[in-house]
Amino acid sequence: MEHSFVPSQMTKKYFTPWVTVIFIIALIGLAILMLRLVFGLGFITNLDNQHPWGIWIAIDVAAGVALAAGGFTTAALGHIMHKDKYEVLVRPALLTAMLGYTFVALGVCVDLGRYYSVWHPLIYWNGNSVLFEVGICVMFYLTVLYIEFLPIVAKKFIGNVNLPGILSGLSKPVDKFLRILYKALDKTMFIFIIMGVVLSCLHQSSLGTLMVIAGPKMHPLWQTPVLPLLFLISAIAVGFPMVIMESTIASKSFGLKPETDLLGDLGKMVGPLLGVYLAFKVGDMFIRETFVYLTELTTESVMFSIELIFGVVVPLRMFLTKSVLKSPTGLFIASMLVIFGVLLNRINNFLVAYTPPYEKVTYFPSFGEIAVTVGFICLEILLYRLFVTYFPVISVPVEKSLQDSKYSLKRA
Amino acid sequence: MGSIKRRDFIKTVTAVGCTAAGLSAVTPKKLNATPENILSKDRYGVLVDTTVCIGCRRCEWACKKAHGIEAGSIDDYDDKSVFQEERRPAHDSYTVVNSYDVPNAEPVTVKVQCMHCDQPACVSACIVGAFSKKENGAVIWDESKCIGCRYCLVACPFQVPTFDYHKAIEPEIRKCDFCYERTSKGQLPACVEICPVEALTYGKRSDLLQIAHDRIHRNPDRYIDHILGETEVGGTSWMYLSKTEFSNYNFPKLGNSPAPGVSESIQHGIFAYFVPPIALYALLGGIMYLTKEKSTEEEK
Repeated sequence: MEHSFVPSQMTKKYFTPWVTVIFIIALIGLAILMLRLVFGLGFITNLDNQHPWGIWIAIDVAAGVALAAGGFTTAALGHIMHKDKYEVLVRPALLTAMLGYTFVALGVCVDLGRYYSVWHPLIYWNGNSVLFEVGICVMFYLTVLYIEFLPIVAKKFIGNVNLPGILSGLSKPVDKFLRILYKALDKTMFIFIIMGVVLSCLHQSSLGTLMVIAGPKMHPLWQTPVLPLLFLISAIAVGFPMVIMESTIASKSFGLKPETDLLGDLGKMVGPLLGVYLAFKVGDMFIRETFVYLTELTTESVMFSIELIFGVVVPLRMFLTKSVLKSPTGLFIASMLVIFGVLLNRINNFLVAYTPPYEKVTYFPSFGEIAVTVGFICLEILLYRLFVTYFPVISVPVEKSLQDSKYSLKRA
Repeated sequence: MGSIKRRDFIKTVTAVGCTAAGLSAVTPKKLNATPENILSKDRYGVLVDTTVCIGCRRCEWACKKAHGIEAGSIDDYDDKSVFQEERRPAHDSYTVVNSYDVPNAEPVTVKVQCMHCDQPACVSACIVGAFSKKENGAVIWDESKCIGCRYCLVACPFQVPTFDYHKAIEPEIRKCDFCYERTSKGQLPACVEICPVEALTYGKRSDLLQIAHDRIHRNPDRYIDHILGETEVGGTSWMYLSKTEFSNYNFPKLGNSPAPGVSESIQHGIFAYFVPPIALYALLGGIMYLTKEKSTEEEK
């Protein structure tokens, strides 16, 4: 039987016991966020002049950006290299990237002392600043992601616009506008797709450059001029594992059959990518002779080893094993390890490696910081569930051979 | 997308490329240091002679007074118990004096404040360019631009800028501003003016270096042959003389290359007149076009 995959809305009930729990955690996070907005950063965080950046930057922003890389890597694979079979994975990855970056932006806002001035980089430029480049790229990329998602929204409402009450007269013009918008986007989408990949490469690498200026404040195990390259490669490497993880969880949650064959093919590419990353990481360590720090037993050396062994070496071996690529559980575990590795790498780079010259206290995130970070992640999951219930994002097999046009954006 | 003609595709890709190239021709001027950040030969500085300082902490009081911070009575500053702990500049004290025990000698009191680097990491790092190096040597912060991201705190090699974490609205980045307002009017920085023993000498940086070398030359027993700030991180406006090694006073060990150097060369390497991003765009466009052709052929 020929199967064709068509993006469809999920029909499961929105609230399950787990979703309710996630909902409550998200609410707690938002409540604590209010305290930060009213009483200032110092009220709920452990940040101080020695440790200006905490987990909101390391996890919400740095790791958030890296883990949203599935968006541009699948777009490159499906739309730019035209590997059509991965087409079905592009939409879910696009949605995750869109939500991911939205929360990166929110995370930045929350962390900014003057969150209401977040738009300043648009008018005050500093081309020397790495942060400026990251900021501008993220702003542009977020816009590009919204544009890429727009056709899915437009398609849903075309021929279906029924504005209530007084606005009903506007229904027709709105419908017409949506049709024009859809057509225009359809013709120009490739510009945005390429732009998205370029912007991603730029800011994924520049995130690594961010800490270079901290110089000797950063432990030599991590402080290296090739940080931007390491950040870019690790982001590319974690893109597919994120897609595998999400797809596996979504299949389970919505009672679909996991697409193990397709995910396995995707997994085949992760091994080599991790290999390249490992080569650069180890090569850098030997060129700068930083391996001497691994002989001492310190927080840094332990964290570095965990990051490298469980985040890179073990999943690398797993992704090169045929039986793992064929098993949904194996794929899931290997992917989770890569995700864990990248998350830990970002935490290490921004927090563990960072020791200011005058350190009176060590930094550990406060309850408030953790609650907001976890709350944001929960909110992201809730929104993802909402989006896939309301819009056709996740593809389900349809029992007929139906060759449609290349771009799944067209179908709905 | 499928309906796009190949020629249109090429046209659009070219158009986007040209726009980007056009932009890049305009933008490089912004990428270079703004005029304010070009170092003036006549920039000022302060020479701190730690062998002269008596640790009276009058400078702390004068600094607070000059910056409108609650300073209290000047007599309170005779209290030497604060020396038990090493203090750092904070949002309500831009300069502090610490006392350090040194082997086989009297404790040495050392004033700390912003070093006003010649190649400041904060100026390079600031996302909105809120920091600038002024012609007279001062590195100052512009409240109207700041977004409170605290990247300057991350970047500063001397761990100087501070942030008011307990303010929800308009929290400020605070640090010594070299009394920019006072010096612009021809006055001395408040700390220099009040120092009763002339441990602080204000003047053109080039003159100060001469004075410092002269002092070292004439009193080899009194000073080590090292002016902290002469070459560290590319040179600073504030410089220190000492009888013993500076590591005794917990100064961070820093190289002579400017703090923002590596970061800026990477940054400008990645952007190099926007060539790499445009090249990547073109490359991806090419791949997209070629693979598209292939997959359409396969369909036929």
